Amino acid sequence: MSLDLIQMVLATVLAAATPLVIAALGELVTERAGVLNLGVEGMMVCGAAIGFAAAVESGSTLVGALAGIGAGMALSALFGLLTVGLAANQVASGLALTILGLGLSGLVGAGYVGLKREPAPHLHLPVLSDLPGIGRLVFGQDGFVYAGIALAIGVSWFLWRTRGGLILRAIGDDHTATHSLGLSVRGVRFLAVLFGGACAGLAGAYLSLAYTPFWAPAMTAGRGWIALALVVFASWRPARVVGGAILFGGATVLQLHAQASGIGLPGQLLSALPYLATILALVLLSLGRRRGGSQAPAALGRDFTPHR
Amino acid sequence: MASEAGPLFGAYGIVKRFGAFTANDHIDLEIRAGEIHALLGENGAGKSTLMKILYGLLEPTEGVVTHRGETVRLGSPEAARRLGIGMVFQHFSLCENLTVAENIALVMERGLSRADLARRIAALGDTYGLHLEPDRPVWSLSAGERQRIEIVRCLLQDPKLVILDEPTSVLTPGEAEVLFTVLERLRDEGRALLYISHRLDEVRRLCARATILRAGKVVGACDPRAESAASLAAMMVGEEVREVAAAPGAAAGPERLRLDRLSLPAPRLHATALRDITLAIRGGEILGIAGIAGNGQAELFAALSGETTVPAEAVRIDGEPAGHLGINARRRLGAAFVPEERNGHAAAPGLSLSDNIVLSRHATAPLTRFGLVRRAAARALAASVSTAFDVRKAGPDPAAGTLSGGNLQKFVVGREILAEPGLLVVDQPTWGVDAAAAARIRQALIDLAARGSAVLVISQDLDELFEIAGRIAVLHGGSLSPPVARAETSREAVGLLMGGAGTSSETAHAA
Repeated sequence: MSLDLIQMVLATVLAAATPLVIAALGELVTERAGVLNLGVEGMMVCGAAIGFAAAVESGSTLVGALAGIGAGMALSALFGLLTVGLAANQVASGLALTILGLGLSGLVGAGYVGLKREPAPHLHLPVLSDLPGIGRLVFGQDGFVYAGIALAIGVSWFLWRTRGGLILRAIGDDHTATHSLGLSVRGVRFLAVLFGGACAGLAGAYLSLAYTPFWAPAMTAGRGWIALALVVFASWRPARVVGGAILFGGATVLQLHAQASGIGLPGQLLSALPYLATILALVLLSLGRRRGGSQAPAALGRDFTPHR
Repeated sequence: MASEAGPLFGAYGIVKRFGAFTANDHIDLEIRAGEIHALLGENGAGKSTLMKILYGLLEPTEGVVTHRGETVRLGSPEAARRLGIGMVFQHFSLCENLTVAENIALVMERGLSRADLARRIAALGDTYGLHLEPDRPVWSLSAGERQRIEIVRCLLQDPKLVILDEPTSVLTPGEAEVLFTVLERLRDEGRALLYISHRLDEVRRLCARATILRAGKVVGACDPRAESAASLAAMMVGEEVREVAAAPGAAAGPERLRLDRLSLPAPRLHATALRDITLAIRGGEILGIAGIAGNGQAELFAALSGETTVPAEAVRIDGEPAGHLGINARRRLGAAFVPEERNGHAAAPGLSLSDNIVLSRHATAPLTRFGLVRRAAARALAASVSTAFDVRKAGPDPAAGTLSGGNLQKFVVGREILAEPGLLVVDQPTWGVDAAAAARIRQALIDLAARGSAVLVISQDLDELFEIAGRIAVLHGGSLSPPVARAETSREAVGLLMGGAGTSSETAHAA
C-alpha cells in the first residue's frame, strides 16, 4: 500500500471518529458532574438539522456550526431544567429528549431534504499540507476535526488540572458532601449539562456540514448512543474516549472496504463489526483494573434537592 | 482561658422552621475564645440544625448571629469560613473517589498549587500530629483517617471557631484519645470549639460549658465538670433516664446457639476473614461481642443471620444444623436478627412501617394469604410495635425513612422482639441513638433474655456491654476471644483485647 493510500484511510478513520469524540466528551463532562443525559442522540440530530438549515440560509459553515451548538444547548437546557432544577428522573427525561430531538429535527429539516452544500472547507497550508505521507492527515483536515482534538485536550486539562474540574468531579462523586462544603451543586450540574448539549449539537452539525454534507432524517444513525456507550466503557476518561472513537472509526472504515471487496460475509454482520469491536476492546480495558472505589462518578444519575 | 470582653460568636433568638415543624425555637448561644463549649441534646433536639445555621448551610427563619458583637450574615459555608468558622462533619463531607489532597483543595483559596498544598498539609500534620498521605484516595482510608482529613481541612483555614459534630462516634478509643489531645491544644491556642456529642463522659472531660437543647429549645446551661452523667442525661431528656434493671447473670436455659469453628474467607477486598469462631449461648443470657469496627462484626453478623451461608454444622440454632440455611429458614427456627444499619439494611427507608414489618416477618407471622399481603394484619402489627416501644412518628403508617434514628431503631428492634424469638442477634443496638431510646432498647433486650431467650449483642460501645451483657467476648481480626463473665473482667482488660491483646500500639480506652 502506498503512503498516500494509508494517509487517505487514516483520514477517513479520523473523520468517522470525530463526531463520536465531540459528543462523547460532552457527555463525559455531564456525567462527571453526576448527571446522566441519555438524550445525546436527540441533541445530535437536532444539531445536524438546525446546523444544516442555518448554513443553507446563511451560506456560512461557521454560522451552521454555531446554530448546531445552539440547538444542542437549547435542548440540554430543557433537560437541565427538568432534571437538575426540578429533580425529574434523568433516564426518563433523557429518553424523552431523544424522541423530541428526532421529531423536532424532522420538522425543521423537512424543507432541506435533498439539498446539497459544499462540505466544510479543509485546512490548506502552503508546503505543510502538501508534505508527502502526513501533510493532508495532519494539516489538511476541516475545522471540526481540529475542534475535536482541541476539545479532548481541553477537557482533560480542565478535569484534572483546574479547580473548576476538581469541583465538577467532586460534585459527581458526592453531592451531599460538596453541598455541605458550600459548593453550588445544581449550578455546576446545569453548566455541565449545557456543555454536553453544546458538544452534542456540534457533533451533529459536523455530520450534516462536513461528513456527509446534506440533511437526511435521523442521519445520526445511533451515533449518539455509541457516544454514550463510549463514555461508560472508557471509564469516564477523555483519553480512552478518543481511543475508543478512533477504534470505532477504524472498524467502520474497515468494514466498508471489506464490503466493497466482497469477502463473502453478510453485510449486516460487517456493519455490526465497529460496534462489537469497540465494546469488546473497552470491556477488556475496563476488566484489567478492578480495585476499590468506583470508576463511575458515584452520584451518577441521582438527583439532588438541597434544604435551605 | 479568661474570656475577653464578650463572646467571640453569638447566636440570639435563632428560629428555624421547616414547614410547620420548628427545629430551633428562639435559641441563644454564646461561644467564647479559648473554650470548648458542649452542645448537648437528644436526637432531634435541634443540634444539627443550629450547627448548619452557624456554618451557613441553613438560613435561620429569625434571629441573628454575631461575631465580636457585630451582626453578621452567614449566607453560605464560604462566608462562614471567611469569618473563621470551620466544621468537622459527623458523616464526613468527603468525596470517596477523590484523593486526600483533592478533598482538601475543594475549600482552599484559588490558585494554590498542588505542591504548596502538600507542603501545608505536611506542616500542619507535623504541628498537630495529624499525618496524611495526600495522594491516597479517600475510599481506602479508615474512619479515623477520614476524620483527620476533615480536621486538617478545617485547620488549614486557621479557624477561630471549630464546630465538631459527634466527632468520636466512629473512632476507636485510641483514635479518640488522639483527637482529644488535638482539641485541647486548639483550645489552648485560643480557638473556640463547639462540641456536639451525646457521650456524656467525653463532654464532662473536655468541656467547661454546656448548652442543653431539648425539642428545639435551650433548656439549660451548666458546667459539665460539675455535673454527673446522670444529671446531664436528665437535663437532655427532661426526666430521669431510667436506670436499666440489672442484667441476668449466668443462664441455665437450653443451648440456643452454637458456633463450631466457624470460618469464612474475606468476602471482599478490605473485609475481614472469620477464623475458627466457637461459641455457645444458652437461653436467658445476653452475650456481648466487643470489638473495634472492621474486625469482622459485619461478616459475623452475616454468617449468623444467613446472609452468608456456611457449612451446616458451623452454626446450630436450638441444636439444629443451620449454617447452610438462608435467613427465612433460620427465622423459622426461632431466630431473629437486627443488623447494624437501620436505613437500607434493617429497614427499607422508602417503604411504610407496615411494609417493613412484612419484609422481616412474612416467614414467621401470618401476614400473607395465598401469596397476597394481608395489609390490615401488617398495619396492626406495626401499630403494636410502635405502641410497645413508644415509636414516635408522623401519621399512622409513615415511610421508615421519615422516622428519627432513635425511633426507627426502636421500631426495628421492637419488630424482632415482639416475635418472641428464641435467639436474637443484634448488631450495634443503640448506635447513634439518644439516651432515652437507648435505655429502652437495652431494657427490652434484658427483658427478652429474662423470658428465656438467648441474646447476642455485637457492639462497639463498652459501656453498653458492661451494662447489659452477662458474658463478654472480643472480636479482633476475625478471631473471637473466649467469653468471660462480666464480673470477672474489666473495661481495661476488654479494651486491651480489642486492640489485639497489647500487640497493637493502640491504647485501651480507660473509661
